[in-house]
Amino acid sequence: MSDKTAPGKPHVGSQMIRTDGRDKVLGLTQYVDDEAFSGWHGATVRSPVARGRIRSIRFLEGPDWRQFVIVDARDIPRFAHSIHGADASHGPAEAGQTADVDLNIVKMIVDDQPYLVRDEIRHKHEAVVLLAHPDRDLVRWAATRVHIEVEPLPAVLDYRQQASPAQIQHGKDNIFKAYSLRKGAGEQEDLWQKVLADATHVVSGVYETGAQEQAYIEPQGIVAHVELAPEDEAHGRWPQKPFHVHIRGSMQCPYYVHNAMKHLFNQPDDRIQIVQTATGGGFGGKEDYPSIIAGHAALLSWKARQPVKMIYDRVEDMQSTTKRHPCQTRLTTALDAQGRLLALEAQVLMDGGAYVTLSPVVLSRGTIHAAGPYSIDHVRIDAKVVLSNTAPNGAFRGFGAPQTIFAMERHLDRCAKQVGISPAEIRRQNLIEPGQSLATGQVIREPVALRQWMQQTMDALNYEEKRANYKAFNDQQLRTGGPLRRGVGLATFMHGCGFTGSGEVWLDSIVKVRVASDGVVEVCAANTEMGQGAQTVFTAIAADALGLDTDQIRVIQPDTDQVPNSGPTVASRTSMVVGHLVAKACDDLVRQVEEKGLLTGARLLPSQAPISEQSDGRGRRYAAADLQAALRQLPGLQGWARYQPPPGVIWDDQTYKGVAYGTYGWACYAADVQVDTTTMEVRLLDFVAGQEVGRVLHPLLAAGQIIGGVVQGIGWALWEDVVLDAQGGMANANLTTYVLPTMADVPEIRTLFQEQPYGYGPFGAKGIGELPMDGPAPAVINAVAMALDCDICSIPATPERLLELSMRPEGTSA
Amino acid sequence: MSHSPHSQPPVRPVPAGAVRIACTINGQAREFVAAPMRRLIDVLRDDLGLVGTKEGCGEGECGACSILLDGQPVNSCLIPAIQVQGANLTTIEGLASRDTFNKTVLHPVQQAFLEHGGAQCGICTPGMIVTAAWMVQTGQPAADVPKVLAGNLCRCTGYAHIVTSVQAAVEAGQAAGLTERPAGEA
Ligand code: FES
Ligand code: FES
Repeated sequence: MSDKTAPGKPHVGSQMIRTDGRDKVLGLTQYVDDEAFSGWHGATVRSPVARGRIRSIRFLEGPDWRQFVIVDARDIPRFAHSIHGADASHGPAEAGQTADVDLNIVKMIVDDQPYLVRDEIRHKHEAVVLLAHPDRDLVRWAATRVHIEVEPLPAVLDYRQQASPAQIQHGKDNIFKAYSLRKGAGEQEDLWQKVLADATHVVSGVYETGAQEQAYIEPQGIVAHVELAPEDEAHGRWPQKPFHVHIRGSMQCPYYVHNAMKHLFNQPDDRIQIVQTATGGGFGGKEDYPSIIAGHAALLSWKARQPVKMIYDRVEDMQSTTKRHPCQTRLTTALDAQGRLLALEAQVLMDGGAYVTLSPVVLSRGTIHAAGPYSIDHVRIDAKVVLSNTAPNGAFRGFGAPQTIFAMERHLDRCAKQVGISPAEIRRQNLIEPGQSLATGQVIREPVALRQWMQQTMDALNYEEKRANYKAFNDQQLRTGGPLRRGVGLATFMHGCGFTGSGEVWLDSIVKVRVASDGVVEVCAANTEMGQGAQTVFTAIAADALGLDTDQIRVIQPDTDQVPNSGPTVASRTSMVVGHLVAKACDDLVRQVEEKGLLTGARLLPSQAPISEQSDGRGRRYAAADLQAALRQLPGLQGWARYQPPPGVIWDDQTYKGVAYGTYGWACYAADVQVDTTTMEVRLLDFVAGQEVGRVLHPLLAAGQIIGGVVQGIGWALWEDVVLDAQGGMANANLTTYVLPTMADVPEIRTLFQEQPYGYGPFGAKGIGELPMDGPAPAVINAVAMALDCDICSIPATPERLLELSMRPEGTSA
Repeated sequence: MSHSPHSQPPVRPVPAGAVRIACTINGQAREFVAAPMRRLIDVLRDDLGLVGTKEGCGEGECGACSILLDGQPVNSCLIPAIQVQGANLTTIEGLASRDTFNKTVLHPVQQAFLEHGGAQCGICTPGMIVTAAWMVQTGQPAADVPKVLAGNLCRCTGYAHIVTSVQAAVEAGQAAGLTERPAGEA
C-alpha cells in the first residue's frame, strides 16, 4: 500500500494510510472464524454453580454420544517429568515413577487454575467437559445435554465481605496479593498522626468501581491442530512420542499461549507453534484467556485426531472470560487551608475472581497510580486483591489504574468543596512539577507542565465560563421546576508506560528484522495488530530508521516459528518499547551492511533525527536506492535488538519504592454534561481529552486510540453494568442488556496533544494505549456530581442509581 | 466416561425439510439448499463462503452482520434463509468494483474509511460500510449519520472517525450525484 508521504519525507508523524486498512474496508481480512477450515468443532460444558464438588457428569438422551469426542480432567496426566528437568523426556512418567507436575494448569503467575475442573468448581461457567464433533450446531446443542451434578460448597459472592473459614480457598485468608507503599511520615505512626492533627481539613471517602466487559466485537476463537507421531495416532492415550501443537487464533500475546501450551503438553519450545490471526479487538480481554481456549481446542484435537475449532458465541464469551476488577478504594487526605495535600492514605481492595491469573500485576498498577500526578509528602497505601467465586477478573485497558484514579479524582473534587476552592484550583495546588516526587519516591525529571496543560484542556472546553453559567442555569431550573441540570468536570492523571519496575528487564524483549529474497525488509516481532495500528506504526518506524519507503517494509504475521519473543501486546508498551527495538534492529542491519562494505560511496541523506538517545545518536541514513541495491545482495541478512533499560530505572519490589516506570503519559480530561432529572439520563455535551504522550507517531491513529479509550471510559462510568446472578455468573451476558456506548450516545470527543519527545522511545514516542481509559470516568462523574449537586462515589452511575442517590438525604454518599 | 472410538466419521445430517432457495447476491444469481429457518448469516459465511459478513452477537444488537436485502440494511443473523427467496442481496464483497484493467476500485465509502481512519480492528467495518453505503445510495442527510449507524456497535474507534468517514462519503456522494444507484450495480 503506498501512502501520501512524498519520497524521502519521514513517515513518523505523517498520516500514512494504515497498512491493514485496504483489506479491512474490503472485508477481505481473515479473522480466525473466516479462515478455510476442515476439521471438527469444539464446545465447552460449564459449571452451573459458584463452588462445589462434582458428584457426577451425566450425558443425557438426544445426541448420539458415540459420534462425539469427549475430554475431561481425567484425560490430562497429573504426573509427568517437567521439561525443565535434567532428564527431560517428552512423554509422561513411566509407570511407577512419580514426578510433581500436574499438566492441567494454565501457566500464568500462580499455578492454581486448571484447564478443566479436576476436583472442585471455583466459579459458575468454569469449564468441566469438552466436546468435539464435525457439526458446529450439533456440538453446541450437545453441550446443553450434559448434566453436571454438584455438591455445593460455601462460596464468596461479595469480595468486600470478610471470608468465613468455610469460604477460604486460597492460602490462609483468600488474599491473592497485597502491597504496602509508604512515603514520608507514612512510615511512622506517631509522625503520621501528627500530620493529620496539624491539618486544617481531613477528608475521607469510599469509592467503588464495577466490573467491565472488554466487549471486543470479535468473540474469542482458536483453531488447534495436534500432530501426533504415527505410533500415537492409533491409540486414544496421552501421546508417548514427541508431537507438534499448532494454534491459530485471536490473541494479543502469542508467546503467552506458547508458554501455556508448552506446559500443558510437556513439549519443548520448537514443537509448539502459535500464530496470531487478524484480531478483532482485545483491550486486555485477549491477553491471557486465549491460552485457555487454545488448551481446550488442542486437547480436543489430540483426542479427535483432527484439527478442532472453538469459537465462542457472545453469551459464552461474556460469561466465561475475564472482566475488569471491581474495586473499592477508601481514601483519607489531610489538607492545609489553601488546599495543599499534606498526606494521603489509601486502602485498595480488588476482586480477583476465582483464580489468581493477572491479579497481582493489576493490583500493582492500581497501587502505584492511586496517589495520582500529585506531589504529596506523606503517603500510605495498602492494597490487596482477594478471591471471590466469580469468573477470574483480568486485564482490561488501564489494568487497575482506572479504578484507583477514579477514586482519587472524585475525592479531590470532594476535598475542594470542603476547602472552599474550585476543582481546578485544588489541582493547581497539588500537580507535580519537575524535581518533585510521586508516591513511590520517583523524582520527576521530565519537563512536565501540568498546570499549563490542564489550562489548555479547560480553555478548549471553555470550562470556567461554563462552570459559572451552569451554576446559574441549574439555579434557574430549580426555581422554575425545570428538569435539566448541567455540569462540567475535570480529571488530571498519568499512566506509566511499559511494564512496571524491572518488568521490562525481566521480559528481555527481542526484535529481528531480516532481508527477504525480494530485498524487502521484514519486521519480525511478536506484538500483535488488534486495531490499535501496531503494524502501521512498526512500518513507519522501520521505514524512517532505514530511510526507505513503506513499500520496502513488511511487518510479518506474528508466528512463534518466525518471530522472536518481543513480549506481550499490553501495558502501553508496543510503540514505545517494541517500536524502539524495531528501530534499533534496523540500525543494526544497516551497520552490518556498512561493515560488509556495500555502502561505501553510497549517497547520504542530509542528517536526520536520531532514533533515540540510546542508539548512539547516529542520525545517518542512506539514499533509499543505494541501501536497497545493497540489501538486494544480502537476502537473509538479519538485524537484531534486545531491550536495554534507560539509565536510572531502579525499582524495589519489596518496599514499592523507586522508578516504577521510565516515563508516563500525562493528561487532563474535561467533560460537559446535561442530566435530565425526570429520567436521570446523562447526556454528554462536550468532551476534551488533552495529553502529553511524547512524539505522536501517527496523528490519526493516535487520535483514534484516545477517542476509543475515552468512549470505553464513558461507558464504564455511566452504562456498562455487569450484573451477577445468585451463583456469581454474569446475568446480563449479551449486548442487549449489557449496554455499550453507541454512536448516538457520545459527542464528538476532541483531542489535544502535547509532544515532548521522550529520549528512550522511537523518535521520541511514549506509550498511549491505556492512558485514555483512566480519565473519562472521573471527569464525567465530577460533571454529573456538579450537575446534580450530589455525592456520587460509585460507578456505573446508571439512571437507576442516580435516581436512588438523588432521593437520599443530603450528606450521605453512594 | 464414554470415550468414543471414531473409526467412522459421523455423517452430517441433511437438514430436515431443506428447501432450494434462489436469489441474487452481489449481482450474481445464486442457488442453495438450506433449512428454511437457517440463519442467513450462516448461509452466507458457511455455505457460500462470503465471510466478509461478521457475527458479533447473533441477536441483532451489534450490526456486524449487516447486509442489504432488497436495498434495505438488515441484520443477517436475524433473517431466516427462506426470507431471501427471490431477493436481491448486497454484502461487503459486492461494494467494490473493477476498472478496465480488472483492478479493484474501492466504493466511495470504503475509500472514505481508509482515508479518515474509520477502520481499526476492522471487525465492525463491513457492517458499518454496508449500512453507510445504503445512506449514500439513498441520499440520507449527513447529519443523520449517528442516528442511522447507532445500531452498529464499534468498540475500538469511539465512533468519531467512522462519523467523519461516512459523512465525507455521504457528502461526496451527494456532490457526485451518486445517490440511488440500482442495488447490485456496484
Ligand atoms: S451478529 Fe447480527 S447483529 Fe450482531
Ligand atoms: S474497528 Fe474494532 S470494533 Fe470497530
